[in-house]
Amino acid sequence: MNEEKSIMDIIADANKAVTTGIDSADIEHWVNIYIMGRGYKVPAGLTIMQAMEYAGYKFITAAGCRAGFCGACATVYRKEGSYQLKTAMACQTRVEDGMYLVQIPFAPAQEAFYDISKESYNAAMLLKHYPEVARCVACNTCTKACPQDLEVMDYIQAALRGDFEAVAELSFDCIMCGLCAIRCPAEITQFNVAQLARRMYGRYGMKEPEHITKRLAEMEKGNYDDDFKKLLAADIEELKKRYADRKREAD
Amino acid sequence: MAEMKFIGGYPEYMRELIEVVNKTRPQRKDYTPAAMTAEERKEVLAVHPDYAEGGKRAISIGQNKGDMGPNEVIDLLEAYPLIEPADIDLDKVDYSVDLLIIGGGLAGTAAAIWANNEGIAAEKILLVNKLRHGDSNSIMAEGGTQAADRENDSPAIHWLDAMGGGHFTNKPDVLKGLVEDAPYIMHWLKESGAMIDQDEAGDYVERWGGGTCRKRMHACADYTGLEELRVIRDEFRTRKIPVLEHNPVIELFTDGNRVTGALLWNLETHEYKIVKAKATILATGGFGRLHIRGFPTTNHYGATYDGPVIAYRAGAKLKDTDTVQYHPTGAAYPQQIIGLLLTEKLRSMGAQPVNVKGEAFVFPLEPRDVEASSFIRECYVHDKGVVTPTGMRGIWLDTPMIDVKNGEGTTAKAFPGMVRMFKRFDLDIVADPVLVFPTLHYQNGGVETDPWGKTDLDGLWVAGEVSGGVHGKNRLMGNSTLDCLVFGRRSGMSAAKYLKSGAQSGNLSLTHVDRYVTMLKEAEIAPERKAPILLPEYRGKAVLARMIDV
Repeated sequence: MNEEKSIMDIIADANKAVTTGIDSADIEHWVNIYIMGRGYKVPAGLTIMQAMEYAGYKFITAAGCRAGFCGACATVYRKEGSYQLKTAMACQTRVEDGMYLVQIPFAPAQEAFYDISKESYNAAMLLKHYPEVARCVACNTCTKACPQDLEVMDYIQAALRGDFEAVAELSFDCIMCGLCAIRCPAEITQFNVAQLARRMYGRYGMKEPEHITKRLAEMEKGNYDDDFKKLLAADIEELKKRYADRKREAD
Repeated sequence: MAEMKFIGGYPEYMRELIEVVNKTRPQRKDYTPAAMTAEERKEVLAVHPDYAEGGKRAISIGQNKGDMGPNEVIDLLEAYPLIEPADIDLDKVDYSVDLLIIGGGLAGTAAAIWANNEGIAAEKILLVNKLRHGDSNSIMAEGGTQAADRENDSPAIHWLDAMGGGHFTNKPDVLKGLVEDAPYIMHWLKESGAMIDQDEAGDYVERWGGGTCRKRMHACADYTGLEELRVIRDEFRTRKIPVLEHNPVIELFTDGNRVTGALLWNLETHEYKIVKAKATILATGGFGRLHIRGFPTTNHYGATYDGPVIAYRAGAKLKDTDTVQYHPTGAAYPQQIIGLLLTEKLRSMGAQPVNVKGEAFVFPLEPRDVEASSFIRECYVHDKGVVTPTGMRGIWLDTPMIDVKNGEGTTAKAFPGMVRMFKRFDLDIVADPVLVFPTLHYQNGGVETDPWGKTDLDGLWVAGEVSGGVHGKNRLMGNSTLDCLVFGRRSGMSAAKYLKSGAQSGNLSLTHVDRYVTMLKEAEIAPERKAPILLPEYRGKAVLARMIDV
């Protein structure tokens, strides 16, 4: 180890490509990609998002969490020599040689308005708010488009049957990027249907845990007021002692 | 250099090192290193980026003059505004509302709903966001939300856990608000339709978090923030509360000691807009994208410290600017996801930190600063880390132990997000350990708040990560989604009360910005930096070198 460099300096050096952008001098392997038809040579092994940044694009839209949770960086691409359109999240997909890329940062999808507390938990309610679900032709395009690999068509079929639990379980990992809706020939907004179904299942299909109800009643009665009075009156030494004396519950 | 040979996503040499981990797994199954004593914690913290030499300086101007902070933060506090106040036409108001909410993560969204619940009409509220509504750190929260709702637990024990984890620097009354409201928040989420993990009997499944003495972590698989955010954002949308995306705030307006609205800047058209508001809630989140001390981050693209920068200019006090939370387990490999979060819940369920020799060297659930420091020490002082192909060092997180301890299939069910993230890069966290290193995760301090989210400026509330006080100098796992929901709700209710008591609009002025520029000049700070920066810079160096600004 270099004696003059501190641990912090060494750590910062090792992370430079991630924190300050990539220097081409550090790169050995390259691929060619096309961003809206224009060709760029970019380092191999980056994500699509990192590769576009390397090429000079500063994202204003189409970038959000950069970790696969928000759905902002929905991307459509095809590979050179292929007619197939594929979908991906730009932040979670490795760039490949010959990719033709475009981003779809916004899905102009319709959303129903409802008051969840006034809805009844019956099979017909999903169709009441999203009647187009009945137009599903079971082509499975939505499933193929899903960058989370969810069984989208299956949950739309479950929505048709009014099976809230199945929709909720099958759609739970949805990041609402909208690619299913953009590709659907029946113009169903799958991700919004699933959102409604999950909320209905969460509110009406799942139990209200008794220990929550009990605790709320205790709080209402002021059962913990004395504990807090003591804690807030204690000095730091007393708190430190209490903290050190805590007993950890068994695993 | 020859092409590296990969086996199951790992280069050959790392594959050999994984064998070492596999070999010691049976012995480690029933062995956990003891938790550290107060003295041991103090010793290991010496290598924590907050305490290691360098990287910090004092704020030289304003109400927190003399307080220490990371250079990257002070650079932004000691930066010039993006605008010349004289260029802004304050006579044409574009939006005049009762309540302006800046930021659309969990805190801002909850604030809007609760102000609406308390009688502020939807059309009198405006939520503005830099990215899209929900593109936030909240949506990326994986592990869980703390609430003391089991028989053997109490809000007071929750309070003591958080106070000790924060090294006794938390504001006691604000922390009381956090833990007292937690059970109600779980009820509200359920009522709104969030799918929180339950057991067969319908009780919440509750697990360990680092630094807690009770199991009180509620989760929605490893998509906790996603589920919470999706649900309350849907609630927000069905109420038709107006929202304006891709419009960050670049300054607040003031009328003396009072905040009276904000100046927006359309990220795409570059046009400015004027919002006049009787009350303003700042919920802009944190600062991970400042890459403090050169660390990668778990944070979303817009986490650039905008909120404290504009609030400080307006005269709000900051608290605990000197501490930064580094999450112990950021991805160190593969290169595409360096810095991204591996939830603490992995360790709650048995994944063990292991060094290059296959040894368990630390209690897996120390408070985050202690755990992170022990990883840095293991890699750089004890020299027992694993070196990656890009030159990083890391610690193994032995994820296969989760299925060994809890039964086959547990990892797939409890961590669909983690499994998916690694599978995308050909790695299997069920079969192989993953390499981790601390990553910049959370802004512990921020704009000082009281128990209702109020700042010391009239008409300005704060909620969530942008605020300072509730977590003191170190936050525990599961207290940030809780913070957002509790203080989002509280600030929304408190602002509604203020509005209903007859608050009127004030004048719009930017005199505080002029005053701030004068202070910068008097402190002889050169006008090289401007803030807020809004977005980080990752473009390739070769392109930047040839860029022409038109």
